[in-house]
Amino acid sequence: MSDITGYERKNGKFGIRNHVLVLPTVSCVNGVIHRISREVPEAVCLPHAYGCGRGGPRDIEILLRILSGLVHHPNVGGAVIIGLGCEISNTKSLLPLIKEAGKPIEVFNVQEDGGSLKTAKKAAAAARRILSEVSSQPRTALPWDKLLIAMECGGSDAMSGVTANVAMGAVSDWLVEKGATVIFGENTEMIGTAHVLARRAKNVEVAKQIEQMIERAEKLTQEVMGNLASMVISPGNMDGGMSTIAEKSMGCIFKGGTTTINQVVDYGEVPSEHGLILQDGPGYDGDSMAGLSASGSQLMFFSTGRGTPAGFPALPVIKVASNTRIYKAMKDDMDVNAGSLVEGQPLNRLRAEMIDLMIRVINGEKTKAEVNGMDIFTLMTVRPPF
Amino acid sequence: MNDNIIIIHPRDNVAIALRTLGVGEVAVAKGIEGFPALEEIPASHKIALRDILKGEEIIKYGEIVAVSTRDIKKGEWVHTHNLESKRWKK
Repeated sequence: MSDITGYERKNGKFGIRNHVLVLPTVSCVNGVIHRISREVPEAVCLPHAYGCGRGGPRDIEILLRILSGLVHHPNVGGAVIIGLGCEISNTKSLLPLIKEAGKPIEVFNVQEDGGSLKTAKKAAAAARRILSEVSSQPRTALPWDKLLIAMECGGSDAMSGVTANVAMGAVSDWLVEKGATVIFGENTEMIGTAHVLARRAKNVEVAKQIEQMIERAEKLTQEVMGNLASMVISPGNMDGGMSTIAEKSMGCIFKGGTTTINQVVDYGEVPSEHGLILQDGPGYDGDSMAGLSASGSQLMFFSTGRGTPAGFPALPVIKVASNTRIYKAMKDDMDVNAGSLVEGQPLNRLRAEMIDLMIRVINGEKTKAEVNGMDIFTLMTVRPPF
Repeated sequence: MNDNIIIIHPRDNVAIALRTLGVGEVAVAKGIEGFPALEEIPASHKIALRDILKGEEIIKYGEIVAVSTRDIKKGEWVHTHNLESKRWKK
């Protein structure tokens, strides 16, 4: 087995990339972020739609957890934070959460730093400074038990649960055996499978957390969707042959493999256990990826049958096509063809191919979503905008 | 490899079509005797592996994924027109 390397952080974690983030605290300054992005294309800029005028205390808590989680993220070598000044989630709220990050961080506020153009200019210069600073850090040997790998599925079809998620489950089992940690979320896509997942919990307490998490997800889905609750799977899912959420869910949870579930973490919370971890996060791909990323996962496998190109900033996403048709139709977006399983490729050979690719990606090879810049950044919100 | 359907778990009473099966086309998978599709089965959709009575559970992945809303014959297409979610009744 090949060695893996990464960037060791001051807190003992390892990144597999060394990005400099440019992160707004509020959507009002997205224009400044876009300017910085044009000036310093090497920086990872994350404009978003949040920070003011929406949500209650839980939403602010989530936003600050995700923003600080991204600054703490092991793939991030340094960060530039841009605030406005009068927003709810301003830099004053964020700074106490990132002061222990142990990496270069510079902070600007548009209302104090001379307006949008001057702030963009100062922040771009700061981003260049930090890029130069982090570029001298060498890669060193990365122990397998320092890896947190996320498993995600989106734009699923009936083959996602037959090919891609089964193959990802095999990789998950292999990683846990190696001492690494595997995390998956999407609680709405666990509905109907509480009995299956709780059975695999490490103890009664974790089993109870799993049951409660899925019960909450089910209740929320019924509140939001009413009589349409059973239609929580999308029309595209149905065209693909899936008839109920339980059917979709069974295919969904296959991606985490078959090992013991050691912990349930909140949305964006960093796990303290090793092995297989569940995240209490939503089913929508963008929101789910943000939570899994803020939890500190360095790399993600993402299965798709209908074909979504979405990646996530600062986190390499390996796209696994569930069928050969979509693999060929979206070849520039897909890294792995799990459709080969129904054409006679044995599971252990596909798994070996995926592990080999994963090692190359850990060591620096770019995924299709990275090459194409297919980043999306959306968050879970609890309450509507006001 | 001439399989045109895949059975995920031995307990399952439905299988998945690996490609669209035409009316009368024989469904083939390892470990079972071939049987004709009674109607067109779209690729990646479910086909009944045996007769399923109204109200009987639909089993896939070895787990209950739905309940049938009418009698379904072996070889018929199984989808939203003849099953419902066990979680939320329409």
